Amino acid sequence: MEGIGLKIFGAFLTAILAFTVGMFYGGLRRKITARVQNRVGPPVYQNFIDLMKLQGKQTNIAHGFMGHMAPMWIIIAAMTVLMFIPILHNGLWFDNLTFKGDLIFILYMMVFGSLGMALGAGQSGNPNSAIGVTRGLSLMVGYEIPFVLSLVAIMIQFHTTSLQDLMNYQYQTGRWIILDNPFAFLAALMSSLGMFRYSPFDIVGAPAELASGPVSEFGGKYLGTMMTGGSVFAFIKLVLIVDIFLGGAGNVHMSGLAGTLIGLGELLLKTFLLYMIPVFIGLVSPRFRTEQAIRFFWKWPTFFGILAVIWAVLHPVGS
Amino acid sequence: MTKNPNTKIKTIGIPSEEEIRQAQIDFSPRCSSAGRVNDKETQKMVRYILDFARKHSLFVLAYGTGCGAIEIPATMTSRYDAERFGIRGAATPRQADVLLITGYLSTKTLKRVIRVYEQMQDPKYVIAFGSCTINGGMYFDSYNTINALDRYLPVDVYIAGCMPRPESVIKGFVKLQELIQNGNAGNGECYRKNLDWYRENQQKVIKNWNFPDEYNW
Repeated sequence: MEGIGLKIFGAFLTAILAFTVGMFYGGLRRKITARVQNRVGPPVYQNFIDLMKLQGKQTNIAHGFMGHMAPMWIIIAAMTVLMFIPILHNGLWFDNLTFKGDLIFILYMMVFGSLGMALGAGQSGNPNSAIGVTRGLSLMVGYEIPFVLSLVAIMIQFHTTSLQDLMNYQYQTGRWIILDNPFAFLAALMSSLGMFRYSPFDIVGAPAELASGPVSEFGGKYLGTMMTGGSVFAFIKLVLIVDIFLGGAGNVHMSGLAGTLIGLGELLLKTFLLYMIPVFIGLVSPRFRTEQAIRFFWKWPTFFGILAVIWAVLHPVGS
Repeated sequence: MTKNPNTKIKTIGIPSEEEIRQAQIDFSPRCSSAGRVNDKETQKMVRYILDFARKHSLFVLAYGTGCGAIEIPATMTSRYDAERFGIRGAATPRQADVLLITGYLSTKTLKRVIRVYEQMQDPKYVIAFGSCTINGGMYFDSYNTINALDRYLPVDVYIAGCMPRPESVIKGFVKLQELIQNGNAGNGECYRKNLDWYRENQQKVIKNWNFPDEYNW
Protein backbone atom coordinates (compact mmCIF):
# COMPACT_ATOMS: atom_id res chain seq x y z
CA MET A 1 0.00 0.00 0.00
CA GLU A 2 2.86 2.33 0.71
CA GLY A 3 4.05 1.88 -2.85
CA ILE A 4 0.65 2.98 -4.18
CA GLY A 5 0.56 5.97 -1.86
CA LEU A 6 3.98 7.03 -3.05
CA LYS A 7 2.87 6.63 -6.66
CA ILE A 8 -0.21 8.81 -6.13
CA PHE A 9 1.93 11.40 -4.41
CA GLY A 10 4.37 11.25 -7.33
CA ALA A 11 1.56 11.68 -9.83
CA PHE A 12 0.29 14.78 -8.00
CA LEU A 13 3.81 16.16 -7.84
CA THR A 14 4.32 15.57 -11.57
CA ALA A 15 1.04 17.30 -12.40
CA ILE A 16 1.92 20.29 -10.23
CA LEU A 17 5.40 20.49 -11.72
CA ALA A 18 4.11 20.35 -15.29
CA PHE A 19 1.41 22.95 -14.58
CA THR A 20 3.77 25.36 -12.82
CA VAL A 21 6.57 25.08 -15.33
CA GLY A 22 4.21 25.31 -18.31
CA MET A 23 2.41 28.39 -16.99
CA PHE A 24 5.68 29.99 -15.95
CA TYR A 25 7.18 29.45 -19.39
CA GLY A 26 4.08 31.05 -20.89
CA GLY A 27 4.57 34.11 -18.69
CA LEU A 28 8.25 34.17 -19.54
CA ARG A 29 7.36 34.14 -23.20
CA ARG A 30 5.10 37.14 -22.77
CA LYS A 31 7.84 38.96 -20.89
CA ILE A 32 10.48 38.14 -23.50
CA THR A 33 8.13 39.20 -26.29
CA ALA A 34 7.60 42.49 -24.51
CA ARG A 35 11.31 43.09 -24.01
CA VAL A 36 12.02 42.34 -27.66
CA GLN A 37 9.38 44.90 -28.61
CA ASN A 38 11.01 47.42 -26.25
CA ARG A 39 8.16 47.24 -23.73
CA VAL A 40 8.20 46.59 -20.01
CA GLY A 41 5.76 43.75 -20.30
CA PRO A 42 3.61 41.96 -17.76
CA PRO A 43 5.17 40.26 -14.73
CA VAL A 44 6.27 36.67 -15.32
CA TYR A 45 3.50 35.40 -13.05
CA GLN A 46 0.85 37.13 -15.17
CA ASN A 47 -0.49 33.83 -16.52
CA PHE A 48 -1.27 32.64 -12.99
CA ILE A 49 -3.25 35.82 -12.32
CA ASP A 50 -5.08 35.38 -15.62
CA LEU A 51 -5.94 31.83 -14.69
CA MET A 52 -7.23 32.87 -11.26
CA LYS A 53 -9.42 35.52 -12.82
CA LEU A 54 -10.73 33.17 -15.50
CA GLN A 55 -11.64 30.59 -12.88
CA GLY A 56 -13.41 33.30 -10.89
CA LYS A 57 -15.62 34.39 -13.75
CA GLN A 58 -19.23 33.35 -13.98
CA THR A 59 -20.40 31.32 -16.92
CA ASN A 60 -24.05 31.58 -17.73
CA ILE A 61 -24.05 30.12 -21.19
CA ALA A 62 -24.18 26.60 -22.47
CA HIS A 63 -23.05 25.25 -25.79
CA GLY A 64 -24.19 21.72 -25.27
CA PHE A 65 -22.58 18.60 -23.90
CA MET A 66 -19.37 18.63 -25.93
CA GLY A 67 -18.93 22.30 -25.15
CA HIS A 68 -18.69 21.33 -21.49
CA MET A 69 -16.56 18.29 -22.17
CA ALA A 70 -13.96 19.84 -24.49
CA PRO A 71 -11.83 21.56 -21.81
CA MET A 72 -12.04 18.48 -19.61
CA TRP A 73 -11.01 16.35 -22.54
CA ILE A 74 -7.97 18.51 -23.18
CA ILE A 75 -6.84 18.42 -19.59
CA ILE A 76 -7.47 14.67 -19.30
CA ALA A 77 -5.42 14.04 -22.44
CA ALA A 78 -2.64 16.28 -21.13
CA MET A 79 -2.52 14.52 -17.77
CA THR A 80 -2.63 11.06 -19.35
CA VAL A 81 0.28 11.79 -21.64
CA LEU A 82 2.15 13.37 -18.76
CA MET A 83 1.89 10.18 -16.74
CA PHE A 84 3.57 8.20 -19.51
CA ILE A 85 6.48 10.58 -20.06
CA PRO A 86 9.59 9.93 -17.98
CA ILE A 87 10.34 13.28 -16.38
CA LEU A 88 13.65 12.31 -14.82
CA HIS A 89 15.86 9.34 -15.45
CA ASN A 90 16.30 8.26 -11.87
CA GLY A 91 14.28 10.76 -9.91
CA LEU A 92 12.65 9.99 -6.61
CA TRP A 93 8.99 10.58 -7.41
CA PHE A 94 8.56 11.05 -11.11
CA ASP A 95 8.48 7.51 -12.52
CA ASN A 96 4.72 7.37 -12.84
CA LEU A 97 3.73 4.91 -15.55
CA THR A 98 6.73 5.33 -17.76
CA PHE A 99 7.56 1.67 -18.21
CA LYS A 100 4.16 0.91 -19.67
CA GLY A 101 3.86 3.57 -22.32
CA ASP A 102 5.76 3.69 -25.54
CA LEU A 103 6.26 6.21 -28.30
CA ILE A 104 3.40 5.02 -30.48
CA PHE A 105 0.96 5.31 -27.60
CA ILE A 106 2.22 8.80 -26.78
CA LEU A 107 1.89 9.85 -30.42
CA TYR A 108 -1.70 8.66 -30.39
CA MET A 109 -2.59 10.29 -27.09
CA MET A 110 -1.11 13.65 -28.03
CA VAL A 111 -3.71 14.05 -30.78
CA PHE A 112 -6.49 13.34 -28.30
CA GLY A 113 -6.58 16.84 -26.81
CA SER A 114 -6.85 18.51 -30.20
CA LEU A 115 -9.65 16.13 -31.07
CA GLY A 116 -11.58 17.11 -27.95
CA MET A 117 -11.12 20.76 -28.73
CA ALA A 118 -12.31 20.18 -32.29
CA LEU A 119 -15.49 18.50 -31.09
CA GLY A 120 -16.19 21.19 -28.49
CA ALA A 121 -15.56 24.01 -30.91
CA GLY A 122 -17.76 22.30 -33.44
CA GLN A 123 -20.70 22.27 -31.10
CA SER A 124 -20.41 25.96 -30.25
CA GLY A 125 -21.59 26.72 -33.76
CA ASN A 126 -19.37 29.74 -34.25
CA PRO A 127 -18.09 29.99 -37.83
CA ASN A 128 -14.71 31.23 -36.60
CA SER A 129 -14.38 28.06 -34.50
CA ALA A 130 -15.19 25.90 -37.50
CA ILE A 131 -12.55 27.62 -39.63
CA GLY A 132 -10.04 27.37 -36.77
CA VAL A 133 -10.67 23.66 -36.32
CA THR A 134 -10.30 23.03 -40.03
CA ARG A 135 -7.03 24.90 -40.04
CA GLY A 136 -5.84 23.09 -36.93
CA LEU A 137 -6.51 19.66 -38.40
CA SER A 138 -4.85 20.66 -41.66
CA LEU A 139 -1.82 21.90 -39.76
CA MET A 140 -1.74 18.66 -37.81
CA VAL A 141 -1.67 16.71 -41.07
CA GLY A 142 1.30 18.89 -41.94
CA TYR A 143 3.48 18.54 -38.86
CA GLU A 144 2.57 15.00 -37.85
CA ILE A 145 4.26 13.50 -40.90
CA PRO A 146 7.81 14.76 -40.20
CA PHE A 147 7.33 14.14 -36.48
CA VAL A 148 6.25 10.54 -36.99
CA LEU A 149 9.04 10.03 -39.52
CA SER A 150 11.58 11.26 -37.00
CA LEU A 151 10.26 9.01 -34.24
CA VAL A 152 10.04 6.04 -36.61
CA ALA A 153 13.68 6.64 -37.52
CA ILE A 154 14.61 6.49 -33.85
CA MET A 155 12.54 3.34 -33.39
CA ILE A 156 14.24 1.66 -36.36
CA GLN A 157 17.68 2.74 -35.26
CA PHE A 158 17.35 1.56 -31.65
CA HIS A 159 14.99 -1.38 -32.15
CA THR A 160 12.72 -0.17 -29.39
CA THR A 161 9.59 1.89 -28.92
CA SER A 162 10.17 2.48 -25.24
CA LEU A 163 11.13 5.96 -24.08
CA GLN A 164 12.70 4.47 -20.99
CA ASP A 165 15.02 2.30 -23.10
CA LEU A 166 16.12 5.30 -25.13
CA MET A 167 16.87 7.21 -21.94
CA ASN A 168 18.76 4.23 -20.51
CA TYR A 169 20.88 4.06 -23.67
CA GLN A 170 21.79 7.74 -23.37
CA TYR A 171 22.48 7.31 -19.67
CA GLN A 172 24.74 4.32 -20.09
CA THR A 173 26.74 5.51 -23.07
CA GLY A 174 26.69 9.18 -22.18
CA ARG A 175 25.96 9.88 -25.84
CA TRP A 176 22.91 11.90 -26.81
CA ILE A 177 20.73 10.59 -29.62
CA ILE A 178 21.03 13.94 -31.41
CA LEU A 179 24.56 12.74 -32.27
CA ASP A 180 23.37 9.34 -33.42
CA ASN A 181 20.68 10.72 -35.68
CA PRO A 182 20.89 14.50 -36.15
CA PHE A 183 18.35 14.51 -39.00
CA ALA A 184 15.68 13.02 -36.78
CA PHE A 185 16.27 15.81 -34.29
CA LEU A 186 16.02 18.42 -37.03
CA ALA A 187 12.75 16.98 -38.28
CA ALA A 188 11.30 16.77 -34.76
CA LEU A 189 12.42 20.32 -33.95
CA MET A 190 10.90 21.76 -37.09
CA SER A 191 7.64 19.95 -36.57
CA SER A 192 7.59 21.14 -32.96
CA LEU A 193 7.34 24.67 -34.36
CA GLY A 194 3.96 23.65 -35.70
CA MET A 195 2.97 21.97 -32.45
CA PHE A 196 3.56 25.11 -30.42
CA ARG A 197 1.49 27.12 -32.90
CA TYR A 198 3.45 30.30 -32.46
CA SER A 199 4.14 32.50 -35.46
CA PRO A 200 4.53 31.78 -38.32
CA PHE A 201 2.23 28.81 -37.63
CA ASP A 202 -0.36 30.60 -35.49
CA ILE A 203 -2.98 30.05 -38.12
CA VAL A 204 -5.31 28.21 -35.77
CA GLY A 205 -5.93 30.86 -33.13
CA ALA A 206 -5.07 33.84 -35.27
CA PRO A 207 -6.47 36.60 -33.03
CA ALA A 208 -6.97 39.38 -35.55
CA GLU A 209 -8.15 37.10 -38.27
CA LEU A 210 -10.26 34.35 -36.72
CA ALA A 211 -11.11 35.88 -33.33
CA SER A 212 -8.96 33.26 -31.55
CA GLY A 213 -10.36 30.38 -33.59
CA PRO A 214 -11.61 27.27 -31.78
CA VAL A 215 -11.79 28.96 -28.37
CA SER A 216 -13.82 31.93 -29.58
CA GLU A 217 -16.98 30.81 -27.79
CA PHE A 218 -15.21 29.67 -24.64
CA GLY A 219 -14.70 32.13 -21.83
CA GLY A 220 -14.17 32.06 -18.11
CA LYS A 221 -13.62 28.64 -16.58
CA TYR A 222 -13.57 26.89 -19.96
CA LEU A 223 -10.84 29.16 -21.25
CA GLY A 224 -8.91 28.79 -18.00
CA THR A 225 -9.06 25.00 -18.17
CA MET A 226 -7.98 25.06 -21.80
CA MET A 227 -5.11 27.36 -20.88
CA THR A 228 -4.01 24.94 -18.16
CA GLY A 229 -4.17 22.01 -20.56
CA GLY A 230 -2.22 23.93 -23.17
CA SER A 231 0.51 24.81 -20.67
CA VAL A 232 0.83 21.19 -19.57
CA PHE A 233 1.00 20.14 -23.21
CA ALA A 234 3.76 22.66 -23.88
CA PHE A 235 5.76 21.16 -21.02
CA ILE A 236 5.09 17.65 -22.36
CA LYS A 237 6.33 18.47 -25.84
CA LEU A 238 9.52 20.00 -24.46
CA VAL A 239 10.20 17.09 -22.11
CA LEU A 240 9.50 14.58 -24.87
CA ILE A 241 12.08 16.10 -27.21
CA VAL A 242 14.59 16.50 -24.37
CA ASP A 243 14.04 12.87 -23.34
CA ILE A 244 14.47 11.45 -26.82
CA PHE A 245 17.21 13.59 -28.29
CA LEU A 246 18.95 15.64 -25.65
CA GLY A 247 19.85 13.01 -23.11
CA GLY A 248 16.92 13.47 -20.77
CA ALA A 249 17.48 14.80 -17.30
CA GLY A 250 18.55 13.39 -13.96
CA ASN A 251 21.65 11.68 -15.24
CA VAL A 252 23.74 12.54 -12.19
CA HIS A 253 25.15 9.62 -10.25
CA MET A 254 23.39 10.63 -7.06
CA SER A 255 20.34 9.22 -5.48
CA GLY A 256 17.87 10.77 -3.11
CA LEU A 257 16.65 14.33 -2.87
CA ALA A 258 19.83 16.06 -4.01
CA GLY A 259 19.99 14.02 -7.20
CA THR A 260 16.34 14.72 -7.93
CA LEU A 261 16.78 18.45 -7.45
CA ILE A 262 19.87 18.57 -9.66
CA GLY A 263 17.98 16.54 -12.25
CA LEU A 264 15.08 18.99 -12.13
CA GLY A 265 17.49 21.87 -12.63
CA GLU A 266 18.97 20.11 -15.63
CA LEU A 267 15.49 19.49 -17.02
CA LEU A 268 14.49 23.14 -16.61
CA LEU A 269 17.68 24.35 -18.29
CA LYS A 270 17.30 22.04 -21.27
CA THR A 271 13.58 22.62 -21.76
CA PHE A 272 13.99 26.38 -21.42
CA LEU A 273 16.73 26.52 -24.06
CA LEU A 274 14.65 24.32 -26.33
CA TYR A 275 11.55 26.48 -25.73
CA MET A 276 13.39 29.60 -26.79
CA ILE A 277 13.72 28.27 -30.35
CA PRO A 278 9.99 28.43 -31.26
CA VAL A 279 9.59 31.59 -29.19
CA PHE A 280 12.31 33.52 -30.99
CA ILE A 281 11.29 32.23 -34.39
CA GLY A 282 7.76 33.34 -33.53
CA LEU A 283 8.93 36.81 -32.55
CA VAL A 284 10.42 37.62 -35.92
CA SER A 285 7.91 35.90 -38.14
CA PRO A 286 4.64 37.00 -39.71
CA ARG A 287 1.84 34.52 -40.16
CA PHE A 288 1.71 31.87 -42.86
CA ARG A 289 -1.40 31.06 -44.75
CA THR A 290 -2.69 27.53 -44.18
CA GLU A 291 -1.43 26.09 -47.43
CA GLN A 292 1.96 27.78 -46.98
CA ALA A 293 2.32 26.22 -43.54
CA ILE A 294 1.44 22.75 -44.78
CA ARG A 295 3.72 23.14 -47.78
CA PHE A 296 6.55 24.08 -45.41
CA PHE A 297 6.05 20.97 -43.31
CA TRP A 298 5.85 18.71 -46.30
CA LYS A 299 9.03 20.15 -47.76
CA TRP A 300 12.09 20.46 -45.51
CA PRO A 301 11.00 18.71 -42.29
CA THR A 302 9.67 15.75 -44.29
CA PHE A 303 12.88 15.67 -46.30
CA PHE A 304 14.90 15.55 -43.08
CA GLY A 305 12.52 12.93 -41.72
CA ILE A 306 13.10 10.65 -44.73
CA LEU A 307 16.82 11.31 -44.46
CA ALA A 308 16.63 10.31 -40.79
CA VAL A 309 14.96 7.02 -41.68
CA ILE A 310 17.63 6.26 -44.29
CA TRP A 311 20.32 7.22 -41.77
CA ALA A 312 18.72 4.97 -39.19
CA VAL A 313 18.73 2.01 -41.58
CA LEU A 314 22.37 2.62 -42.47
CA HIS A 315 23.58 3.16 -38.92
CA PRO A 316 21.70 0.83 -36.61
CA VAL A 317 22.47 1.09 -32.91
CA GLY A 318 21.78 -1.61 -30.37
CA SER A 319 20.44 -5.01 -31.23
CA MET B 1 -48.22 96.35 -26.90
CA THR B 2 -46.96 93.99 -24.31
CA LYS B 3 -46.62 90.33 -24.97
CA ASN B 4 -47.70 87.88 -22.42
CA PRO B 5 -44.44 86.20 -21.32
CA ASN B 6 -46.18 83.01 -20.40
CA THR B 7 -47.57 82.40 -23.86
CA LYS B 8 -44.15 83.06 -25.38
CA ILE B 9 -42.51 80.52 -23.11
CA LYS B 10 -45.10 77.97 -23.94
CA THR B 11 -44.67 78.42 -27.67
CA ILE B 12 -40.94 77.58 -27.61
CA GLY B 13 -41.68 74.58 -25.44
CA ILE B 14 -39.84 74.97 -22.15
CA PRO B 15 -41.04 72.10 -19.96
CA SER B 16 -42.83 72.72 -16.73
CA GLU B 17 -41.24 71.89 -13.38
CA GLU B 18 -43.21 68.72 -13.10
CA GLU B 19 -42.06 67.58 -16.50
CA ILE B 20 -38.45 68.33 -15.55
CA ARG B 21 -38.77 66.27 -12.37
CA GLN B 22 -40.27 63.40 -14.34
CA ALA B 23 -37.50 63.63 -16.90
CA GLN B 24 -34.87 63.53 -14.17
CA ILE B 25 -36.35 60.34 -12.86
CA ASP B 26 -36.64 58.87 -16.33
CA PHE B 27 -33.17 59.71 -17.55
CA SER B 28 -31.00 59.29 -14.48
CA PRO B 29 -28.81 56.23 -14.97
CA ARG B 30 -29.86 53.23 -12.96
CA CYS B 31 -26.46 51.64 -12.52
CA SER B 32 -23.51 53.74 -11.52
CA SER B 33 -20.27 52.79 -9.89
CA ALA B 34 -20.45 55.22 -6.99
CA GLY B 35 -21.93 54.02 -3.75
CA ARG B 36 -22.42 50.40 -4.71
CA VAL B 37 -20.47 48.21 -2.36
CA ASN B 38 -20.22 44.46 -2.36
CA ASP B 39 -21.12 42.49 0.69
CA LYS B 40 -17.66 42.46 2.12
CA GLU B 41 -18.32 40.50 5.27
CA THR B 42 -18.83 37.16 3.56
CA GLN B 43 -15.91 35.24 2.12
CA LYS B 44 -13.54 38.09 2.72
CA MET B 45 -10.39 36.26 1.75
CA VAL B 46 -11.84 34.75 -1.44
CA ARG B 47 -13.20 38.11 -2.47
CA TYR B 48 -9.89 39.81 -1.83
CA ILE B 49 -7.96 37.29 -3.92
CA LEU B 50 -10.51 37.32 -6.74
CA ASP B 51 -10.61 41.10 -6.79
CA PHE B 52 -6.83 41.16 -6.91
CA ALA B 53 -6.83 38.76 -9.85
CA ARG B 54 -9.61 40.66 -11.66
CA LYS B 55 -7.82 43.91 -11.11
CA HIS B 56 -4.54 42.74 -12.57
CA SER B 57 -5.92 40.77 -15.46
CA LEU B 58 -8.24 42.83 -17.65
CA PHE B 59 -9.06 41.30 -21.01
CA VAL B 60 -10.17 44.16 -23.18
CA LEU B 61 -12.64 44.00 -26.02
CA ALA B 62 -12.05 47.18 -27.97
CA TYR B 63 -15.21 47.99 -29.82
CA GLY B 64 -13.76 50.38 -32.37
CA THR B 65 -16.43 53.00 -32.74
CA GLY B 66 -15.60 56.56 -33.62
CA CYS B 67 -12.23 58.19 -33.40
CA GLY B 68 -11.06 56.71 -30.10
CA ALA B 69 -10.14 53.42 -31.70
CA ILE B 70 -6.96 55.03 -32.99
CA GLU B 71 -5.79 55.56 -29.41
CA ILE B 72 -5.96 51.85 -28.60
CA PRO B 73 -2.94 50.74 -30.66
CA ALA B 74 -0.88 53.54 -29.13
CA THR B 75 -1.95 52.45 -25.65
CA MET B 76 -1.18 48.80 -26.25
CA THR B 77 2.13 49.03 -28.10
CA SER B 78 5.67 49.92 -27.13
CA ARG B 79 5.38 53.53 -26.08
CA TYR B 80 2.60 53.29 -23.51
CA ASP B 81 2.55 49.49 -23.01
CA ALA B 82 -0.71 48.76 -21.25
CA GLU B 83 0.25 45.10 -20.88
CA ARG B 84 2.36 45.90 -17.84
CA PHE B 85 -0.93 46.42 -15.96
CA GLY B 86 -2.16 43.04 -17.15
CA ILE B 87 -4.37 44.66 -19.78
CA ARG B 88 -4.59 42.48 -22.81
CA GLY B 89 -6.73 42.28 -25.88
CA ALA B 90 -9.46 39.68 -26.06
CA ALA B 91 -10.78 38.47 -29.35
CA THR B 92 -14.41 37.73 -28.53
CA PRO B 93 -17.02 38.97 -26.03
CA ARG B 94 -17.03 35.60 -24.26
CA GLN B 95 -13.42 36.00 -23.19
CA ALA B 96 -13.52 39.70 -22.42
CA ASP B 97 -13.85 41.54 -19.11
CA VAL B 98 -13.79 45.15 -20.24
CA LEU B 99 -15.78 46.63 -23.08
CA LEU B 100 -14.23 49.77 -24.49
CA ILE B 101 -16.64 52.14 -26.22
CA THR B 102 -14.24 54.39 -28.04
CA GLY B 103 -16.32 57.32 -29.18
CA TYR B 104 -19.70 58.33 -30.53
CA LEU B 105 -22.33 55.69 -31.04
CA SER B 106 -24.78 55.86 -33.87
CA THR B 107 -28.06 54.12 -33.19
CA LYS B 108 -27.06 51.36 -35.59
CA THR B 109 -23.82 50.78 -33.72
CA LEU B 110 -25.56 50.96 -30.37
CA LYS B 111 -27.59 47.92 -31.28
CA ARG B 112 -24.43 45.90 -31.90
CA VAL B 113 -22.75 47.23 -28.77
CA ILE B 114 -25.71 46.13 -26.67
CA ARG B 115 -25.59 42.66 -28.18
CA VAL B 116 -21.86 42.48 -27.46
CA TYR B 117 -22.31 43.66 -23.90
CA GLU B 118 -25.00 41.10 -23.26
CA GLN B 119 -22.79 38.31 -24.55
CA MET B 120 -20.01 39.14 -22.10
CA GLN B 121 -19.75 37.10 -18.93
CA ASP B 122 -19.90 38.49 -15.42
CA PRO B 123 -18.10 40.33 -13.92
CA LYS B 124 -17.97 42.76 -16.81
CA TYR B 125 -16.95 46.37 -16.98
CA VAL B 126 -17.51 49.18 -19.46
CA ILE B 127 -15.13 52.06 -20.11
CA ALA B 128 -16.45 54.89 -22.25
CA PHE B 129 -14.06 57.14 -24.13
CA GLY B 130 -14.40 60.78 -24.89
CA SER B 131 -17.05 63.42 -24.55
CA CYS B 132 -19.22 61.82 -27.21
CA THR B 133 -20.22 59.06 -24.82
CA ILE B 134 -20.79 61.49 -21.96
CA ASN B 135 -23.04 64.11 -23.51
CA GLY B 136 -22.84 63.64 -27.25
CA GLY B 137 -19.80 65.82 -27.72
CA MET B 138 -19.67 67.45 -31.11
CA TYR B 139 -22.49 65.19 -32.27
CA PHE B 140 -24.88 66.46 -29.59
CA ASP B 141 -27.55 67.46 -32.11
CA SER B 142 -27.02 64.70 -34.64
CA TYR B 143 -30.12 62.88 -35.77
CA ASN B 144 -28.69 59.38 -35.41
CA THR B 145 -26.21 59.35 -32.56
CA ILE B 146 -27.02 58.88 -28.91
CA ASN B 147 -26.00 61.49 -26.39
CA ALA B 148 -25.51 59.82 -23.03
CA LEU B 149 -24.32 56.23 -23.05
CA ASP B 150 -25.38 55.34 -19.54
CA ARG B 151 -29.03 55.49 -20.45
CA TYR B 152 -28.44 52.42 -22.58
CA LEU B 153 -25.60 50.56 -20.88
CA PRO B 154 -24.15 50.78 -17.39
CA VAL B 155 -20.78 52.51 -17.57
CA ASP B 156 -18.06 52.10 -14.95
CA VAL B 157 -15.50 54.68 -15.99
CA TYR B 158 -15.73 57.65 -18.29
CA ILE B 159 -12.58 59.08 -19.78
CA ALA B 160 -13.10 62.71 -20.73
CA GLY B 161 -11.41 64.31 -23.69
CA CYS B 162 -11.80 64.62 -27.41
CA MET B 163 -10.02 62.30 -27.84
CA PRO B 164 -8.33 61.16 -24.62
CA ARG B 165 -4.61 60.60 -25.05
CA PRO B 166 -3.09 57.24 -24.07
CA GLU B 167 -2.01 58.69 -20.72
CA SER B 168 -5.62 59.39 -19.81
CA VAL B 169 -6.69 56.01 -21.14
CA ILE B 170 -4.21 54.34 -18.79
CA LYS B 171 -5.42 56.62 -15.98
CA GLY B 172 -8.93 55.41 -16.71
CA PHE B 173 -7.80 51.80 -16.46
CA VAL B 174 -6.07 52.51 -13.18
CA LYS B 175 -9.30 54.09 -11.92
CA LEU B 176 -11.16 50.96 -12.96
CA GLN B 177 -8.63 48.86 -11.06
CA GLU B 178 -9.26 50.96 -7.95
CA LEU B 179 -12.99 50.47 -8.34
CA ILE B 180 -12.55 46.73 -8.73
CA GLN B 181 -10.38 46.52 -5.63
CA ASN B 182 -12.98 48.43 -3.65
CA GLY B 183 -15.74 46.20 -4.95
CA ASN B 184 -17.51 49.04 -6.74
CA ALA B 185 -17.16 47.96 -10.34
CA GLY B 186 -19.06 45.55 -12.51
CA ASN B 187 -22.67 46.41 -13.24
CA GLY B 188 -23.84 43.28 -15.01
CA GLU B 189 -26.07 42.30 -12.11
CA CYS B 190 -27.60 45.76 -11.91
CA TYR B 191 -28.17 45.79 -15.66
CA ARG B 192 -30.14 42.59 -15.46
CA LYS B 193 -32.13 43.90 -12.53
CA ASN B 194 -33.08 47.13 -14.32
CA LEU B 195 -33.41 45.52 -17.71
CA ASP B 196 -36.90 46.94 -18.29
CA TRP B 197 -35.70 50.51 -17.87
CA TYR B 198 -32.72 49.95 -20.15
CA ARG B 199 -34.82 48.12 -22.72
CA GLU B 200 -37.31 50.97 -22.79
CA ASN B 201 -34.57 53.50 -23.45
CA GLN B 202 -32.94 51.29 -26.04
CA GLN B 203 -36.17 50.72 -27.89
CA LYS B 204 -36.76 54.46 -28.07
CA VAL B 205 -33.72 54.95 -30.29
CA ILE B 206 -33.33 51.62 -32.05
CA LYS B 207 -35.88 51.55 -34.81
CA ASN B 208 -35.91 48.00 -36.16
CA TRP B 209 -35.87 46.10 -32.92
CA ASN B 210 -35.19 42.42 -33.56
CA PHE B 211 -33.45 41.27 -30.39
CA PRO B 212 -34.24 37.81 -29.13
CA ASP B 213 -36.85 37.85 -26.39
CA GLU B 214 -34.96 35.67 -23.97
CA TYR B 215 -31.30 35.44 -23.23
CA ASN B 216 -29.33 32.86 -21.44
CA TRP B 217 -26.93 35.35 -20.00
